[in-house]
Amino acid sequence: MKALARGGALHLRRRLANATAMALATVATVFGLLWLVWILWVTLRNGFEALGPRLFLESTPPPGAEGGLANALYGSLLLVSLALALGAPVGVAAGAFLAEIGHNGRLAAVIRFVNDILLSAPSIVIGLFVYELMVRPMGRFSAVAGAVSLALILLPVVVRTTDEMLRLVPVAVRESALSLGLPQWKVTLQILFRAARAGIATGVLLAVARISGETAPLLFTALNNQYWSTNLLAPMANVPVVIFQFAMSPYDGWQRLAWAGALVVTLFVLVVSVLARSLLRGRAAP
Amino acid sequence: MELEADAAEARARRDRRADRAFRTLLWLAGLLVLLALGSTAVSLAWGGREAFATFGPGFLVSSEWDPVGRRFGALVPIYGTLVTSLLAMLFAVPVSFGIALFLTEIAPGWLRGPVAAAIELLAAIPSIIYGMWGLFVFVPFMADHVEPWLIERLGPLPVLGVLFRGVPLGIGMLTGGVILGIMVIPFVSSVMHEVFSVVPATLKESAYALGCTTWEVARDIVLPYTRTAVSGGIFLGMGRALGETMAVTFVLGNTHNLSASLLDPGNSIAAAIANEFAEADSGLYLSSLIALGLVLFAVTFLVLAAAKLLLLRLEGAAGR
Repeated sequence: MKALARGGALHLRRRLANATAMALATVATVFGLLWLVWILWVTLRNGFEALGPRLFLESTPPPGAEGGLANALYGSLLLVSLALALGAPVGVAAGAFLAEIGHNGRLAAVIRFVNDILLSAPSIVIGLFVYELMVRPMGRFSAVAGAVSLALILLPVVVRTTDEMLRLVPVAVRESALSLGLPQWKVTLQILFRAARAGIATGVLLAVARISGETAPLLFTALNNQYWSTNLLAPMANVPVVIFQFAMSPYDGWQRLAWAGALVVTLFVLVVSVLARSLLRGRAAP
Repeated sequence: MELEADAAEARARRDRRADRAFRTLLWLAGLLVLLALGSTAVSLAWGGREAFATFGPGFLVSSEWDPVGRRFGALVPIYGTLVTSLLAMLFAVPVSFGIALFLTEIAPGWLRGPVAAAIELLAAIPSIIYGMWGLFVFVPFMADHVEPWLIERLGPLPVLGVLFRGVPLGIGMLTGGVILGIMVIPFVSSVMHEVFSVVPATLKESAYALGCTTWEVARDIVLPYTRTAVSGGIFLGMGRALGETMAVTFVLGNTHNLSASLLDPGNSIAAAIANEFAEADSGLYLSSLIALGLVLFAVTFLVLAAAKLLLLRLEGAAGR
């Protein structure tokens, strides 16, 4: 009888511990989501207040004047496109090397290891590297240097997804194509890339989302420009650095523009990320 | 007949040549990845050589930072980086564990996808947005509601109290650490979630059959089985927190003072570089900032390499 009572108490204690742990885990999840809602809400509210047609039509103003972010938006678009053009082909090629030639060999293992470190490496360090590589030798900050630093951040994302997506294509596909006498480059380019198309596109989109809000490396490379500039060898305005500069400033007008820029960047990044994920879900498990 | 054979052979030769070129091209692209990391290290060491030559190893342990007198030491930024990252992990690890537990054991099937996607959105938000939100919303919140309470309640404590003294400015290590923590939650929780779901169902079911509760299964079966990978995920989050720049630049206060209190303004390596790069008016100043970058690179490299090795161990155990 006594043993049973003790067993009952133990049972109760275990049930209680379980209920507490489950409740805490649920609270932790709600807590995590709370930050997301808080940050998004603040960005949306402040951003929409500052939104208007001038934002897209006028260049960044001097302190105290009215203006928009047209030059910065144009600059960001150009920098990201250029980074994409530089980084994506190399990334896809390196990913194809890992999946199709390196396989599980030692070189491929080393490259995967290094790539994963690059993937999480601090972007500010990449910025300093490009500063040493391009800005110092060229003697000035330039849009091209900014694009190279963004390309270096985009590269590992594309390498990793391409590698993973190509490895998901069944070996039988490769073997049947090769047994028909097709050369490897044709098999890779025309059959495997087609099979892994959605996955590779997802990787590229996620990489674009990642670099469009990237600020730190641009501080040492593309810098900023108050005016509309299309010169790739000169400093170029871009939304993240403008946000940084304007948000830190004491001027109300600049801070409002910073919020508007924050809204535009956040919406762009969120739309691209969601798009990327839905692309993969639409064609599940290649 | 012979002509046909010749044509076939010519084509085979052409294909072989094209294949060789193709493979070389891919190989070069792969090498470029190695080159990117290697040349980053080399160029930072080269850029920081003047600082290392002038101050020697003392650069790492000196807390002096005097741009006018041209004397630079890295101790304050290194200390700030480590403290904010540790705070971030103290904050992020329990929350991430809770989220992973919720996603694998508690949430009904229809809720898992949306909640996991929402948590991952935290990682998609650019760090500059965290910084702005931190400066304009979270700093006043901490200054008005959290820090006065901490100073009043924890400040008088004997040993721990040192951490919670000062003026509730809102700006400081604690605020920076919390924001970093929020930023790394998605990274840590997604690794935990992923490895929790590869625990063999038979293991968990055997424990349930013995009468274990969900919590006991999580604590005694799931966690021990995934221990190395979970620490890998924690190191991964740590690597992210160490190098994060824009979010902390806004809220740390950028002062080169060494203070025990978490509520005082401080600095971090990344924030110091971002804030002062444009002001660097001498070669030595610039070189010191780049040397700081090298220190950051070395530390994150070690932490991330450890993370990767720990994560690889589980992959090996799972036979993948």
